[in-house]
Amino acid sequence: MSSRRDFMGKALGGFTAVGGIAALYAMKRSWDPLPSVKAAGFTTIDLSAAQPNVLNVEKWRGKPIFVLKKTADMKKDDRDVIIGSDRFLIAIGLCTHLGCIPAYVPDDKKFKCACHGGEFDTSGHEIFGPPPSPLEIPPFKVEGTKVVLGEAGPEYKKMLDAGLTV
Amino acid sequence: MAHFEKANSINEWMDQRLAVNTLKKVMQTEYWIPKNINFLWAMGMVLAATFGLLLVSGIFLLMYYKPDVNLAFDSVNYTIMSEVGYGWLWRHIHGVAASVVFLVIYIHMFTGIYYGSYKKGRELIWLSGMGLFVAFSAEAFSGYMLPWGQMSYWAGMVITNLFSGGSLEAYGLVEWIRGDYVPGDAFLTRFFMLHVLLIPLAIIGLIVLHFGTLRIPHVNNQDGEEIDFEEAAELYKAGNVKESKVIPFSPVFLSKDVFVMGVYFIIFFYLVFYKFEFAMDPVNFDPANGLKTPAHIYPEWYFLWSYEILRPFSKDLGLIAFAIAQVIFFALPFLDKSPNVAPASRRGKFHIWFWLMLVDMIVLTFMGKLPPTDALFANIGLVAALLFFALWIALPIITKSEKKL
Repeated sequence: MSSRRDFMGKALGGFTAVGGIAALYAMKRSWDPLPSVKAAGFTTIDLSAAQPNVLNVEKWRGKPIFVLKKTADMKKDDRDVIIGSDRFLIAIGLCTHLGCIPAYVPDDKKFKCACHGGEFDTSGHEIFGPPPSPLEIPPFKVEGTKVVLGEAGPEYKKMLDAGLTV
Repeated sequence: MAHFEKANSINEWMDQRLAVNTLKKVMQTEYWIPKNINFLWAMGMVLAATFGLLLVSGIFLLMYYKPDVNLAFDSVNYTIMSEVGYGWLWRHIHGVAASVVFLVIYIHMFTGIYYGSYKKGRELIWLSGMGLFVAFSAEAFSGYMLPWGQMSYWAGMVITNLFSGGSLEAYGLVEWIRGDYVPGDAFLTRFFMLHVLLIPLAIIGLIVLHFGTLRIPHVNNQDGEEIDFEEAAELYKAGNVKESKVIPFSPVFLSKDVFVMGVYFIIFFYLVFYKFEFAMDPVNFDPANGLKTPAHIYPEWYFLWSYEILRPFSKDLGLIAFAIAQVIFFALPFLDKSPNVAPASRRGKFHIWFWLMLVDMIVLTFMGKLPPTDALFANIGLVAALLFFALWIALPIITKSEKKL
């Protein structure tokens, strides 16, 4: 008799486990970002009117995007987005330490984060404090004097392959 | 069916069906508490009462609060604060209680540490209590999101970013927790759910467990004396109330608790009516703005000590230090190798350890509030953070060499 009860117990336990795992998967999926959130992920920026050493902050996927036209005396970098003869820093404006927005100080030509004192240069490289990596570059595609964020163009893919951003 | 006699009173009727007299004995009149205790032993009931206040004020706030990024800020700062009759009262009770409850939790914890109330059968009391501390921390954090002000948003941003695990760069996990690339509507509504349902359920369950774990080892006393509770109870029941070392939980012990609670509530409501600003960060009266970080982001005072442990190190090391600091107190009963259950004052080196730990956490708290720019304070913070870990490493060594009292 007990073997029959054991069998029933194991069968019930097995079905319960399958149901439990399925329920966990459903719960995980319910916490995923919604398709509408994911779809609203493209922003086009026109760079033709940008002034050198003046930071513009755009919004992409709810995150601030730093757009900075470099002056001639700023160091050139492989992370620069080149449009015609102009070089731009285009980066996600969140400190790579814990996600605060660094402020741009035009006189020092530096980004300074108020939260934990991190600093970045005009190419987005970390130069002081706790940030472990450079400001991230969002997926971008150059279209004339415009840049589409959210779409990975050849220039972006090159940077990604070279490990210049994540 | 069981056989029932005709009942002669409501009490008898209830007793036949629900054994209420037995229940009353087990939970109150024959649940024995040592006499040799002081007002610090009342903190448990003070916490229970404060939780009750949070629950009641929360119920009223819930009636007008709107968990929507476009409506949340005004539903709190306009509707509840200026339209709802006495809405300000519920908000100020809720905010002040959320802050004060942590002060009492810390007093309750350090009382337990001082008197060794986590050893020799009382380990589960400590562990379930630490579970409550974690649950209250999660409850406080999720509640802090709800007014959707600048500090709500940026605290949400910073704390959820911790889950990227530093160099692991697990941004997928962060986005999964938020349900968005940044804290947004999905984030607010799920933290609302956590704050008003799931975490309170966990807290209530843990409170029941915490009380349950007390039952067999009993409450500790000022000398860590091992009391024969059965013998002492017989003495008390036989009428030798003076000779007995124990009193029943209710009504005798509870009447003392109620006195302490009375004093506590006078202070508490003074804060609610006249000094509530300390629990209301002015930065959070600006609506959330994802494109503007406040000049200085800091958590509420009760998280400052662990925040300061995160801050002085590099990102990965800081995260590891922070993670260890969050859970290290769970290990206290197992790292204290001393056989003595006694107040710290009689335990030699442990006495120094206790006060160093307490002062170190206070120093960490003060340093955590300061902006990160001042080098002197940053260095004090670093030393205090290192001392915190040095103390935990030293604990098993100094307690192992402790002489048996």
